[in-house]
Parts: sequence; C-alpha cells; structure tokens
Amino acid sequence: MLEATNLTKEFKVGSFGRGVFKAVNKASFKIDNKDIVSLIGESGSGKTTIGRMILKLTQISGGQIKYNGKDVSDIKNKNLKEYYRKVQGVFQDPFSTFNPIFKADRIFKMVKNEFYPALSNKEWEKKLDDSLKSVGLNPKEVLNKYPHQLSGGQLQRFLIARALLIDVELLIADEIISMLDASTRIDVLNLLAMLKEKGLSVLFITHDLSLGYYISNKAIILYRGVIVEMGPTDKVFFNPVHSYTQSLLDSVPRLDMKWDEIPKRKKTYTDIVSYIPGMSKRELKMTEIEENHFVAIE
Amino acid sequence: MSLEIKNLKVYYQTLRGQVKALDDISFKINDGDILGLAGESGCGKSTFSNSLILLKAPMKYIGGEVFLDGKKLPVENYEKMKEKRYKDISIIPQYALNAMNPTVKIGKYIHDVFAYKNFSYKGVDNELKRRLKIVGLDEGILNMYPIELSGGMKQRMVMVIATLMNPSLLIADEITSALDVSTQKAVSKMLVEFRDKKFVKSIIFVTHDVSVLYQIADKILIMYAGKFAEIGPAEKIIHNPRHVYTKLLVKAMPEVGIKFSDTPLTGIPGHPPLLIDPPEGCRFIDRCPEKMKECVKEPPVIKVGEDHYVACWKEVKKNA
Repeated sequence: MLEATNLTKEFKVGSFGRGVFKAVNKASFKIDNKDIVSLIGESGSGKTTIGRMILKLTQISGGQIKYNGKDVSDIKNKNLKEYYRKVQGVFQDPFSTFNPIFKADRIFKMVKNEFYPALSNKEWEKKLDDSLKSVGLNPKEVLNKYPHQLSGGQLQRFLIARALLIDVELLIADEIISMLDASTRIDVLNLLAMLKEKGLSVLFITHDLSLGYYISNKAIILYRGVIVEMGPTDKVFFNPVHSYTQSLLDSVPRLDMKWDEIPKRKKTYTDIVSYIPGMSKRELKMTEIEENHFVAIE
Repeated sequence: MSLEIKNLKVYYQTLRGQVKALDDISFKINDGDILGLAGESGCGKSTFSNSLILLKAPMKYIGGEVFLDGKKLPVENYEKMKEKRYKDISIIPQYALNAMNPTVKIGKYIHDVFAYKNFSYKGVDNELKRRLKIVGLDEGILNMYPIELSGGMKQRMVMVIATLMNPSLLIADEITSALDVSTQKAVSKMLVEFRDKKFVKSIIFVTHDVSVLYQIADKILIMYAGKFAEIGPAEKIIHNPRHVYTKLLVKAMPEVGIKFSDTPLTGIPGHPPLLIDPPEGCRFIDRCPEKMKECVKEPPVIKVGEDHYVACWKEVKKNA
C-alpha cells in the first residue's frame, strides 16, 4: 500500500546553508496491508524524518513515496484531505498534542466538522462511542474532561481513537509509548496489535528494540539515514547480519542474561564490513541474503 | 553499612495540602552495593534521591533519619549539608545533559566548582586526566564547550566531575533514560567500573527501566506511590518477585523474544493514587488483582529471604 523508493531528505547546514546533511539517504521500503513495520534507529538516524515525509509534514528532497500507486508529493489541496483520511500520525508527547483549554469533546468536534459535516449528531455520537470503546476507553469517563485531567496512557489512546474515527488505513506511530509508564505502555501496544487484526497498518517508529519486536512483523534498522537491514522481524532479530544490527541487539538490556554473558557472535557473512554511512564513499546495495531479508552490502 | 535510611518522610507542601511523595521509607545498603531504585513515574524515586542531597522547598522534611557510613546525615539542614554535598554524597542529575555551564569551557567549569567548594584543584588535576582516560574521553575535552559534545560524552563528563572527590554515595538519577541502547550499555558499564575501582563506595541507580537494573544492580528496591514495596537481590526481584505489584511490573516488560502473537503481555489496569489523599493501608489496593480484606490496613515489612524484604499482606499470610 505504501512504497518508498530512494527516499532522501537533505537539510542545509553551516553558514549560508553551504553544507548538506543527508538525514535520510536513499531509503526504499514497503508497507503492505495489515503490516506493522517497526522502524528502529538511534537518535538522529532519521526515523522521525521518514514519518514526517510520509505525513507530508516535511518536503521530500529526492526519491518518492507512493501510496496505493499515487505519488504522495502530487497530492494537493482537495485531495490532501482524502489522503489524511487514510493516513494519520500519532506522536510522542500526548501532553502537548492537545490544546489545554479545549475539552476532549471539542477536539472530536473539530474532526466532525472537518471530515463528516453531513453526519447527524446522533450518528456521530455512536461513531465516537465505538471508536473510544475500541481503544479501551469509557466514553462517559473521558469526554467532557480537559487534557490535564486524563493520564498519559488515556491521552495517547485518545489520539489513536481520533485517528480511527476517520477510517484510517495507515497509522504513523512515532515513539508513541516512550513517555508512558511500564505498566500502561503495554496496553497501548496491545491495542495497536489488535487494530492490526481489523485491517490497520502501522509504521511503528521506535528506538526500543524489544517493543519493536513485540508487535511488528517487519523490521527496518536505520543507521545515519541509511537502511542497513530489513526483513521479517524474526529474521532480523535472530539472524542479524549487519554488524550494526548485531551490536544494537547485544546492547539491549535483557532479563534472562547479563551483558557479560552474551556470547560473541560468529561472523556469518565475512564480506560485510562495518560500514559507517556518510564516512565512506563506497556505495551500498541492498542485497537479499535470504527470503525477504535485505542487508546493505558493498 | 554504607547507607541506612530510617522512616524517611518527605512531603510536598502545596496549597491544597501535603503531597505524601515519600512516606516512611526504610532500608539499608552495604558498602560497594549498587542499589537499583525502580518504580512508575510519580512513585517518589526522584523525590527520594533529591531529598538525600538537596532538600528544598516545596519539599518538606517531615521525619526520619539518614546515616551515611555510620554518621547522621543532616538532610533537613540546608547549611549543614553544604559540606557533605559533592564530598561525601554526590549526584548525577536527571538533566545531566544540560548540567554544565554552556558559556564556559569544561575545564574552567570544573575549576569554578572547586573554587566554590574551597577545594584545591591542583591535587586532582592528574586524577581528573586519568579518569577521563578511563571513560574514554580525550584531555582536550577540557578546552571545549559543552555544546561540542554528544549526549553520551556529556553524560560521561558529568559522571567524572560528580565522582572526582571520591564520594561515599553516588546517586544516578535516570542517567541512561535519554540515551540510545548502545550508549546506555557503555554508560552503565562505566558506572560499575567506577564502583569496582572504588571511586565511589556505593551507588543508588534510579530508573524506571527494570531491565537495565538487572544488568548492573546488586539489589533492587521497588517503590509504589511513595511507599516501600519490595527490596531484594536483583536476581530475586526479577525472577522470583514476591510483592504483587513487582510481579505485574516485571511481567509487563517486553523483551526481545516475546511477541504479541505468541505471548501477549498485560499491563496493570488503573493508575497510581493521587498522593495528596492516598488510600489507607496498602496504596496498591485499587489496582491489585489479589487484594484481600487485610489490605485496608498498612502492610508490615517482612523478611522473605536473605536480604529480601517485602510489604504485602499476601506474603504475611503465606508466612503466618
């Protein structure tokens, strides 16, 4: 449903913008129907930039994103609303996403006015109730309240409910649970996984590998704007080939093994050099080393 | 015995009443221990670490005692604590990434700290350079401004500055939470090395991430809503927790190897009580799936194993 080819984002840096910083460098990937794709990378790896480009919040410098066959950068004016009906984003900080002086109903009212002006109030209320219930919130408890009266987990689910109201097909979830507590974050994750069953696709942007593994069926590992490895989650996590993916996985704090006990990995593919994107002039090619499992190799 | 806390109570004074952020906490840690302190946001872990070093308004000292190396630590007295701070007890704050003065070079900043404290800088100059080497930083860093360093480098720099006087106790407040996994690993391992090299005697490592604690801590203390819940050896807390809350918390931790489609995890329903008017007795009562009629009374702290203490009525019953 969504296909990115050679997606690139350049920022001008330095005095008078003489330098060029490639935040995203020729990233190509696909999101299919009912996929939860986790986009994993450290800070500054360009994961948020990719999400913002899909949401058309940032202009694309090179390459293209196709949504259902249509080039996203051609979507303008009237069609834009149609696009946002299908693709929505939820962001990291639920506390600052809401207007603090608006009650929750008013936020939803705006959605109605924008997307469903023809719907009668009664039908709308039913729709609203359904969508709130599907994210596990009790409409009576949360409507008619100000954002500060709700907890972070509730607010985050609120945002997902808002996105669901408009029959969204693809959700860009950018670090949506980093601000939540360990006891509540798992509920939001489970919710996403359940919505997937109902046909939602998710681009799950995170820096936390265990969260990415928990819900996604595809994983993309991003390093300095370059996709170094991608494929089905199990293959990427249990048969990592790129040395960066390996070191990342070995750094995850685990509950069954201490860092010192982790066995040294055998080099399976000796021709893979530890490549630092941006530092080397060599070109990398995405190579399929097993079914659907791609690694950036010289 | 490096640190002993007895019935420490610290409240926040607000217009609507007192917020009981730290209510009757007691525990001990031994020399050379790394104590991990974990809990949800608002459970009082930062209040605890701050109250040991800088207890200022709106924090209010209500009662309790703190002993460091057998001597009483005058936490309630701002002036008296001045000579203890940095020398005997030191902190790497949560905002360590912006802890340094951005307008002066790092070397100058360290000079300033020493001048303020009336310590001689000359004596530590060589030691400082040696320690920089240990954490993998170049001497030249002293001639740089904080803005020139990356997050991990700043964190290591603050770590070196905070431990330069070989304090007896170091408090590390959420120091790895803002870092990437690989930097997180490096910084945590360095902290262990500092302890092994005896730069600090013992460490309190505050975090909300239990899995990091399992990696480096000797003991873990779990707090809930300002109250003591459980303390014990790291291995026991993770693999054989006794308090219902700890069990649920550990169960809610996603790990590489756990998938929603195979073993869905469950969160803990509800949210922590408001500490301005917390429920009587066990504060976890509203969210506890195994609550009993005793739970409306304050649970006693009982011993369930070596160095393993828990405050839960379920355990009291089991051991009765």
